Amino acid sequence: MNTSKQLEVQIKDMVLKNPVMTASGTFGYGYDFEDFINLDSLGGIVVKATTIKERMGNPYPRMAETPSGMLNTVGLQNKGVDYFCEKIYPKIKDKNTNVVVNVSGSTLEEYVEVASKINTLENIPAIELNVSCPNVKEGGMAFGTNKDMTFKVVSAVRKAYNKTLIVKLSPNVTNIVEIAKAAEDAGADSLSLINTLLGMAVDSEKRQPLLSTITGGLSGAAVKPVALRCVWQVAKQTKLPIIGIGGIMNAQDAIEFILVGATAIEVGTANFINPSITEEIVKGMEDYLQRHNIKHISEIRGVI
Amino acid sequence: MKYCKDFIVVKNETITPTLYILRLQYPETLPEIKPGQFVEILVEGEKDVFLRRPISIHDVDKENNQIALLVQVVGKGTSQLSKLKEGDKLNLIFPLGNGFTVMGKRVLLVGGGCGAAPLLYLLRVLKQQNIKSDILIGCKDINHLFSKKEYQELSNLHVTTEDGSFGEKGFVTAHPILNEDFDAIYCCGPTPMMKAISQYAKQRNITCYVSLEHKMACGIGVCLCCVAETNQGNKRTCVTGPIFLTSDLKDF
Ligand SMILES: Cc1cc2nc3c(=O)[nH]c(=O)nc-3n(C[C@H](O)[C@H](O)[C@H](O)COP(=O)(O)OP(=O)(O)OC[C@H]3O[C@@H](n4cnc5c(N)ncnc54)[C@H](O)[C@@H]3O)c2cc1C
Ligand SMILES: Cc1cc2nc3c(=O)[nH]c(=O)nc-3n(C[C@H](O)[C@H](O)[C@H](O)COP(=O)(O)O)c2cc1C
Ligand code: FES
Repeated sequence: MNTSKQLEVQIKDMVLKNPVMTASGTFGYGYDFEDFINLDSLGGIVVKATTIKERMGNPYPRMAETPSGMLNTVGLQNKGVDYFCEKIYPKIKDKNTNVVVNVSGSTLEEYVEVASKINTLENIPAIELNVSCPNVKEGGMAFGTNKDMTFKVVSAVRKAYNKTLIVKLSPNVTNIVEIAKAAEDAGADSLSLINTLLGMAVDSEKRQPLLSTITGGLSGAAVKPVALRCVWQVAKQTKLPIIGIGGIMNAQDAIEFILVGATAIEVGTANFINPSITEEIVKGMEDYLQRHNIKHISEIRGVI
Repeated sequence: MKYCKDFIVVKNETITPTLYILRLQYPETLPEIKPGQFVEILVEGEKDVFLRRPISIHDVDKENNQIALLVQVVGKGTSQLSKLKEGDKLNLIFPLGNGFTVMGKRVLLVGGGCGAAPLLYLLRVLKQQNIKSDILIGCKDINHLFSKKEYQELSNLHVTTEDGSFGEKGFVTAHPILNEDFDAIYCCGPTPMMKAISQYAKQRNITCYVSLEHKMACGIGVCLCCVAETNQGNKRTCVTGPIFLTSDLKDF
């Protein structure tokens, strides 16, 4: 394990032993992966989106494989914030890693309410505000694709939440920097990007869409070039620490995100293909630093 | 406990041009595997396959630490796997899903096409527990009937073929064995067949289990893509299933 702190990074008050986190919706609540990896070896875990009330999510089929990627339309299925606090939090609160809650809602009030409840949980050092889910009718991405709405929701949550506030951005916008700046102005501590890209898949034989909701969110290796571009643009034009997400399949991909300005990274879809990939990425990043004779990961941050 | 490990291909046996059985060697002692559980296969060497592929465990040879998978070629992943040769490595996440609940004194197994895959290992377990069984297999023709010898050793085999080349001509739903009394029915196959058998079981008040082959992204319970609508809400097919009591399923 890495003891030399060469991979240690900080997102506001949250100290990560290494930059490798897991992306919301792809890692459950962490414990499903304990057969494969030691959760304590990760910089952080972002759990599934949590909403004020239980949500059933969208109808099946919710998934379609696409070239080097997949589309999903899960639609924020979760048991609600109270269930999270009572039943799930006790199971994960003593992990020696940062457990971050992904907060979602349909209205501004819902975001605030969920954030205030999570604020009371001692061992949750940060929330990731999901203003970028493409798979729900109301709220979700509607907040994150408009700079005024982003400003409003982030400001409101900022008042209710006093630990590290990460805002997760959508790539489904014309100008991502404008949204990033709105979140920064409203008091966000960090930005994570990208959420999934709105996409679609069709079965030509059956002449039908492959997803129940017709459109869904694209993730996996296919989105990496878009994600890198977004991180690079936002890193250049805001002062906040950035968490890079999108198509990270190995350590090399992770390093690419650091080079374009990310402080930490989240691994999503890759967990489905190799359940121990996160640990392998940590190891691969250590090897990279050694190979290039770099003392600390921050030396290469944003050099592009 | 789930494992993510390499197996070695011992044999790739062609049954028909689009159906094959992969026999795989585990380098260690196999963990306990329940009939009806499945594996998630990493398909290598085919750039168009991104996600793993879920395949049921067809048979388990505990003594030799081997498992068998019965695979039907339907697309690029299953086609790539059909090219595997003796000595090739195959990375699997296993064992996944809940598996069948073994119950009763006399039970009926109904399988259609390649969907019948999980039934062979179920028969072994039933036999060990001295539960009497009949197995009814529906297939296209005699060439598509696999594991016939094993079925006959472990159970009473009944067959329907679409062309009458073996057993009764027609579909499983018309077979006379269905008129006998059973404590439970285990059915795996095409959805219309499972629905028909489920309706029949409902009418006769017989406990009926089916195996759902929903599209999966992770297979380990974290993506929530594979849900089935049950009386208790949306449940993950890869964790709560793939075996469901039909009385719990909304669509059945
Ligand atoms: C729990 C479970 C157990 C399974 N057990 C077996 C088994 O023992 N043997 C076996 O041969 N297959 C089994 N399947 C189905 C198998 O997973 C799919 O056939 C396979 O993933 C298709 O991959 P492909 O790359 O060849 O096809 P693709 O190129 O991905 O798709 C080709 C065509 O197959 C269809 N298809 C893809 N996935 C599925 C699916 N899950 N169900 C039905 N149709 C599908 C697609 O809609 C498409 O039309 C099982 C599925 C599940 C969920
Ligand atoms: C099945 C699935 C479910 C997801 N659920 C959520 C979610 O609940 N909240 C969220 O902010 N992002 C969610 N995402 C988006 C991921 O966290 C991540 O931003 C995206 O998948 C891109 O990263 P990747 O290419 O590494 O997967 C989900 C992604 C997938 C594939
Ligand atoms: S396939 Fe991911 S939860 Fe079942």
